[in-house]
Amino acid sequence: MYSGINISQTDARPMYQQIMEQIRARIAAGDWPAGKELPSIRALAAALSVSVITTKRAYLDLENEGVIVTRHGKGSFVADVNGLAGELQEEKLDEHLAAAAGIGQQLGLSDEDLAARLRRAIRNVDKK
Amino acid sequence: MTPTKHIEMLNVRKAFRFFTLEDLSLNLEPGQIMGLVGPNGAGKSTTIRLLTGLLAPDAGEIRVLGHAMPEAQALAKRDIGFVSDEMRLFGHATFGWHMKFISSIYPDWDEQYAKTLVQRFGLRPEQNVSGLSSGEHVKAVLLLALARRPRLLILDEPTSGLDPVARHELLSEFMDVLRDENRSILFSSHNTVDVERISDRITFIDRGRLIDSSDKEDFLERWRRIQLQLPAGATLPDLPHLVSRVDDGQFVTLTTNRYSEDLLAFLGNGVRQVQRMNLEEIFVANVMHHRELRGK
Repeated sequence: MYSGINISQTDARPMYQQIMEQIRARIAAGDWPAGKELPSIRALAAALSVSVITTKRAYLDLENEGVIVTRHGKGSFVADVNGLAGELQEEKLDEHLAAAAGIGQQLGLSDEDLAARLRRAIRNVDKK
Repeated sequence: MTPTKHIEMLNVRKAFRFFTLEDLSLNLEPGQIMGLVGPNGAGKSTTIRLLTGLLAPDAGEIRVLGHAMPEAQALAKRDIGFVSDEMRLFGHATFGWHMKFISSIYPDWDEQYAKTLVQRFGLRPEQNVSGLSSGEHVKAVLLLALARRPRLLILDEPTSGLDPVARHELLSEFMDVLRDENRSILFSSHNTVDVERISDRITFIDRGRLIDSSDKEDFLERWRRIQLQLPAGATLPDLPHLVSRVDDGQFVTLTTNRYSEDLLAFLGNGVRQVQRMNLEEIFVANVMHHRELRGK
């Protein structure tokens, strides 16, 4: 059972942030290399005696930060810290593109319409 | 198909001579822990008795693991583990006798798990239960429920009166149950530290009414205490979503249950401090706020 992470209830920060910070520290130190599988949400919750929803929140936020990558049904993995398109992130991208293609088909969009929308999305990202 | 909710209560009412539980609705999904929090006399035990078929509601619907209560309680109870600190064991029998007794009634009894728990809880099967300390008694009753591997555990004040070590052992055991996403736990408590730590959902009740029920993270995100210092002579307009407001000269303390960046932007330069609140503070502020509203 993994229990190297500590949760303090006297720490002013919320518990999910404490989990995030300690995971980030392990990744930054190199103890958890890119591609390493993280404990499942339920396993970590049990090990820390912290609710599943709190652990889930920590994983979701780490995922949004690009620190970890979650593949549905497979688990969560440490992302490529250099921000290079690691194998995992590419897989994730393919998953999203496949989902987008599926929705496009449902809406009856032509290939060109869908590609145009992707180009527009890229331009919007650039503006930010 | 969405999985069957483990608990569904809809507009439940139960009246006694001096106390009425009114219009109570709550849901518990598989894989979740719900903390039921309320002051003494709020209706926690009544809610639990309704869920375990010990009381019938005057109005409303109750389904537990998909079974209508109390009509289908025999079916539901095969998969419910219920523990309350009022439970008595047979004082002149050993704890081992109790385990054998329960395992003869429930086919799902897991002998291996029972043995593991006996070790973990430091219980002695050959000991008469009349000699157990109060902490050991709670652990013994809990073991008898856990080893049946019920899908739903309903625990009435499981950690009250326990020392910190025993409480820690129990909380770890609850979380271990939740490794299986098809199982769930409802527990009542007024120990908000335990509830804040392990609950996915939290339901506050007070004086027979539900006052709030939501995801724990949602509670912690929504509630803030904001301290302001206004320029001399300035007054703060009425603001929406305030739970309390205390004015002290130029200093104002606001408590909100709808915190957002927009609110902060609106308040502008006067903001001195924004504080998160722990569950205990949220609970007390929530109860006081609702009592005030009902008093009006």
